[in-house]
Amino acid sequence: MMANTDITSKTMDGMGPHGTKVGLLRVLGPAHVWALGVGIVLVGEYMGWNFAVGKGGAYAALIACWFAGILYSCVAMIDSEVTSTVAAAGGQYTQAKHIVGPLMAFNVGLYLVFAYTMLEAGNAITLGYLISVAADMTGATEPLDQRPFIILAIMFLAWLNYRGVLATLTFNLIITAFAFCAILVLFFASAPWSEGSMLAHGELMSGQAALPYGWLGVLAAMHFGLWFYLGIEGTTQAAEEVRSPARALPFGTLAGIMTLLIAATLTWYICVGYLPWEYLGDGVNGAVAPLFSAAQMTGSDALIIILGFGTLFATLASANGCINDASRAWFSMGRDHYLPQWFGAVHPQYRTPYRSIIFLVPIALIFALGAPLDQVITFSILSGLLGYTFMPINVILFRRKWPLDTIKRGYEHPFHPIPAILLIALCSVTYFAVFLGYGTQLIAMVSFYIVVSLWFHFWRYRFVKRADQFTMPWPKPRGY
Amino acid sequence: MWPMIETGAWVLSGLFALHMVWDWYKTDTTYSEDVLTSSREGEIEAMVEQHKLNG
Repeated sequence: MMANTDITSKTMDGMGPHGTKVGLLRVLGPAHVWALGVGIVLVGEYMGWNFAVGKGGAYAALIACWFAGILYSCVAMIDSEVTSTVAAAGGQYTQAKHIVGPLMAFNVGLYLVFAYTMLEAGNAITLGYLISVAADMTGATEPLDQRPFIILAIMFLAWLNYRGVLATLTFNLIITAFAFCAILVLFFASAPWSEGSMLAHGELMSGQAALPYGWLGVLAAMHFGLWFYLGIEGTTQAAEEVRSPARALPFGTLAGIMTLLIAATLTWYICVGYLPWEYLGDGVNGAVAPLFSAAQMTGSDALIIILGFGTLFATLASANGCINDASRAWFSMGRDHYLPQWFGAVHPQYRTPYRSIIFLVPIALIFALGAPLDQVITFSILSGLLGYTFMPINVILFRRKWPLDTIKRGYEHPFHPIPAILLIALCSVTYFAVFLGYGTQLIAMVSFYIVVSLWFHFWRYRFVKRADQFTMPWPKPRGY
Repeated sequence: MWPMIETGAWVLSGLFALHMVWDWYKTDTTYSEDVLTSSREGEIEAMVEQHKLNG
């Protein structure tokens, strides 16, 4: 039994043929997995996280940053274990299908598609804004029309995704590495160890500025603490396209969360040392792109250019990864008949889920051109949060139904069930924080998912061929 | 300069969209639906191994 499910085997992966003539291509390595996860997230370091400073001051943002860091470390560990055994596209959707059941899988699939498509739209809006800032800085006399740049970003990245996953994620690797290195360059150029450093933490964080709204401000900041790491769980979508799922997925995911913990802390440290909390915390009229604003404070043209490109590349990398992930989740649902099977097609030459990629383009465009940024991002975060709530339930059931001696994992996460319990506790705190700021959206979105669940249960599920969706040779779950 | 860049962005967007739609049409009319939708989870590594044996 064990031999059939040994995904770490170098000679076979335990997967027999089931009639596939055209499938996704296994060409990716751990670096691509890292680029996918970190690429989606790093834009959160360049903009967005600083709303946490506005909610509770600089220290509150740091507490939120590290609490969210714990939450996402749990996410990364849990995901790494489960996905190292579920080497199929769809990520958490596929995990839910195998471990929990069809209704949970359908919901998780939708969380993923909405979280990534909304984030893609948010990135495209941001990119249009960045281009307009660049136009202003280079002396444009008339206001720029941002629409062609928003559309071009989505079209180009969709085209790249359509043409093949290797080029797509190699592109992400280069621009993500640049964006991460730009943060390191700004940190070292600021020389915090030097007497002559311009960083002024002492002046900017003392007195009333320390915790301006007390501990309630810390709680409110939690919502935006997610921004530092939101999307790292997207690495799992590459499961069907990595050469060695059992090794590459845990390695890429865990290296990714470590990178983000470093990037988040450095970002916080640099920005609160250069910018007063009132300005830093106002992400609309103040520091829209705080790392870029910090670079401007240094007065160095080279740093301004590097951080300017860092901001642009982080935005592009995020949108690119989101297209990759949303299309894989949509494709997997189509392949399993949870959605029309038409979406489960693979391009015979490029070996990508081309119909899913194309189908999601107009949806991203509608939201990018027709919806306000904060609503788009809130919808994305809330969908992500629902996904994180599923993960602890998922891993507890996984360990119970398939204990360690029944399926060999590429990675076993330590201290089970503490990470799962911690994750569910932190999710609860974050729900409360979100409810304080975006209660109406939270209720509206939960209502939406209830309605589509009813649709799936009473109508769509009749089309699902129940045996066909499970082709991985897992043993029967314990107790069945 | 920026009006020209704007126009360039519109044109490039159109070209990327047209290329995808054209390729989509070509693919769907060249291959049967059975082939295009034959993918099953957990298939791919076996195919790669077969490819290596044949090659």
